[in-house]
Amino acid sequence: MAFVSPNITTYAVEATEFPDLARRFRVSGVPKTVVDEEVEILGALPEEVFVEQALAKFTSHN
Amino acid sequence: MSLVSPADQQKLREVFAEMTRPVRLVFFTQTLECETCPQTKQILDELPPLSDKIAIEEVNLILDGDRARHYGIDRAPAVAIEYLNLQDAQGAQGAEGAQGAPSAQTAAGHPEHPVHPVHGVWTDSRMRFLGAPAGYEFISLVQAVLLAGGRPSTLSENSRRHIAAVDRPVVMNVFTTPT
Repeated sequence: MAFVSPNITTYAVEATEFPDLARRFRVSGVPKTVVDEEVEILGALPEEVFVEQALAKFTSHN
Repeated sequence: MSLVSPADQQKLREVFAEMTRPVRLVFFTQTLECETCPQTKQILDELPPLSDKIAIEEVNLILDGDRARHYGIDRAPAVAIEYLNLQDAQGAQGAEGAQGAPSAQTAAGHPEHPVHPVHGVWTDSRMRFLGAPAGYEFISLVQAVLLAGGRPSTLSENSRRHIAAVDRPVVMNVFTTPT
């Protein structure tokens, strides 16, 4: 996704190595995706559903 | 001894052979209090022997703090993936150089981003890994290297349209655990 949009930066974070981040982002299970500390997605979703849920708040139009 | 089996090495050689541009893995490490830094180095060092398009650059998080801040990295081990943008070197005004400056300025203004001796400008893919890329994360790392290396995105047309509509800087954190 970072490759498609110059506005997106992605981090793949190993949760057990960084418990401070896991706490801060309330990681109770994996995979967990947090977008700008605003949108949280727990678990895996079909690609298009994931993209929609993750980014809907950050687009001015669809 | 290699962490990757000979059969997997051969598979990786084959997929890496499709890369159309060089990729650099900027590895942020520190000497003290970094339990998984040596493991991360060992994993990353597996890659360059499998492709002449993959290089590792080791950066000390403490001694080279400016470099780390440039990527927004504040901990180790971390990996930032860059690719050699061949178009920028030919005078195009950084179509993918979102983080700001035109390419010529980037090349001149940041000694850490020198113009490649041959041609091209090292460009941030904005894909980062925090923690050792072991287990399933190793596969994610390989996928990221291939994308940075020029492999077309596998995302659907719909997804790509949605992603392209993002109109402000967004940071996505994906948390995983070792498997």
